[in-house]
Amino acid sequence: MTAALHIQKLTRCFNDLVAVDNISFDIGQGEIFGLLGPNGAGKTTTLSMLATMLTPTSGSAIVNGIDIGKDPDGVRRSIGIVFQDQSLDEELTAYENMDFHGRLYRIPTDTRKQRIEELLKLVELFDRRNDIVKTFSGGMRRRLEIARGLLHHPRVLFLDEPTLGLDPQTRNHLWTYIATLAKDKGITIILTTHYMDEADRLCNRVAIIDHGKIIANDTPKNLRDGLGGDLVTIKSPDPAGVASALNEPWVIRTETHNDEVIISVKNADQYVSAIVTILNEHRVPITSIAISKPTLEDVFLSLTGKTIREQDADSTENMRMHMRMHQKMMRH
Amino acid sequence: MDIVYAIWLRSMKRFVRSKSRIVGSIMMPFFLLLFLGFGLNNVVQIPGLGGNYLVFLIPGMVAMSVMFTGVGSGVQILWDKQFGFLKETLVAPVSRLEIMLGQTAGGATTAVLQGFFIMIPALIIGLKVPDPAGFLVALLFMVLIGIGFTAFGIALASRMEDMTGFQLIMNFVIFPIFGLSGALFPISSLPSWIAPLTLIDPLTYGVEGMRYGLTGVSQINPQACLAVSGGFCIATAVAGAYLFRKIQ
Repeated sequence: MTAALHIQKLTRCFNDLVAVDNISFDIGQGEIFGLLGPNGAGKTTTLSMLATMLTPTSGSAIVNGIDIGKDPDGVRRSIGIVFQDQSLDEELTAYENMDFHGRLYRIPTDTRKQRIEELLKLVELFDRRNDIVKTFSGGMRRRLEIARGLLHHPRVLFLDEPTLGLDPQTRNHLWTYIATLAKDKGITIILTTHYMDEADRLCNRVAIIDHGKIIANDTPKNLRDGLGGDLVTIKSPDPAGVASALNEPWVIRTETHNDEVIISVKNADQYVSAIVTILNEHRVPITSIAISKPTLEDVFLSLTGKTIREQDADSTENMRMHMRMHQKMMRH
Repeated sequence: MDIVYAIWLRSMKRFVRSKSRIVGSIMMPFFLLLFLGFGLNNVVQIPGLGGNYLVFLIPGMVAMSVMFTGVGSGVQILWDKQFGFLKETLVAPVSRLEIMLGQTAGGATTAVLQGFFIMIPALIIGLKVPDPAGFLVALLFMVLIGIGFTAFGIALASRMEDMTGFQLIMNFVIFPIFGLSGALFPISSLPSWIAPLTLIDPLTYGVEGMRYGLTGVSQINPQACLAVSGGFCIATAVAGAYLFRKIQ
């Protein structure tokens, strides 16, 4: 498998904040690659650098064999991008938005017409092609943007939080589209998300990014298997007691988060009664016991010690603090 | 050129679709023309035009329409930024200069069309152009005002974060440019200490040039008007292109 993207020691700082910290990885051709992490982890900054919208502070990246620093226009021609925030002209029709894009990428008239028709059919907007975008729902706009991003036949498509703010049904629908695209057209897709289920369901490979660093990079399955089996979550007023009582050879790993103890066990169903017996013997009270298959959420929790939601809240707070400090500094 | 055309085409499509905006921006100069023109016609004596203030006012109002529409079209890029559309053009493999020129071409065309929308009722209420070639002279100056002030709007918008500062710019920059231009009164009637201000106002030369075309009378030599208006176009286009390069 040849690499569609080769990223080496990419770093971007904003004043004293290191948004992307020395990241390196490769993405293979035809992969659906997910950059997974909480808000403010550096996902959009990474994407902006790869799309040549932002110059790296240091490091380099090769996209489709083209160096982002040496030939940004060449990179731009070979990629498609769907931004996190909408970037359609709401006063134009779906067709006109596509047509404008086609002209910007200098696609000859005949080819342009034919491709627009084909893509609008693909995203099921052909019947609405002459309607003003203002009348479109969130999901329709997203589909139109994806179609637009594909118009100039990019070999790499960047999707920044493609299903942010959409309802579950529309999200499911979009996932199907994206998966089909990668399979049928052989396009490499790089998407950022902070939805674990999205990464799990859609991506061949996931890089987990936190505080600007890549902390894991593997297939969703390998990441989950890395936790060593099923998870048993035991809630108790005495979590330390639970952890020390369950010092058995079949317990692969033990983690404590607040009043919960999570242990990794192979074939957890067979050990539930043993767990209850042991805890009773040690007179440790149990509030509840739950068994689950590990998800990427658990992987994130195990890697960072926090759930992605806690991390989200933290980084938003950090960002605010940072902005406030910055404003103060500017004033003085 | 095809990129400039694509962006121009988008401006035209938006223009044709924005009926309320077209009417809205015609009403202000149109009412000024009616109220001031008819209200002051018998009070104000204008040298050289048979004392007809209404006829004197018409070129000023057309210029006003062109200028305000031009600035507004230039500032459109701020709206595009706010609604996210600017990113779509900025990430495309095209140069900033092409985007800027397309925006200017679109804005100037819109501005000139708006100027014509004022000229039509003006012809009905009393404008008599002495020489048909005068229309071409007026058109030339409308194009120059249109290009110059659209580029001016782009230059302003490139330095602004969002629309919040625009009202301030409107009141402290755009309106004084209009007020000092001699669109409403003959510049010779101003106190001598203000006269130099009107002479550094680029719109003065546009208004006087149009007045020469539409009425045959002007207080500034029409060739000087052409030179200054043309120079203003070039200066703002260069400034606009330079500042737009840095927009993020």
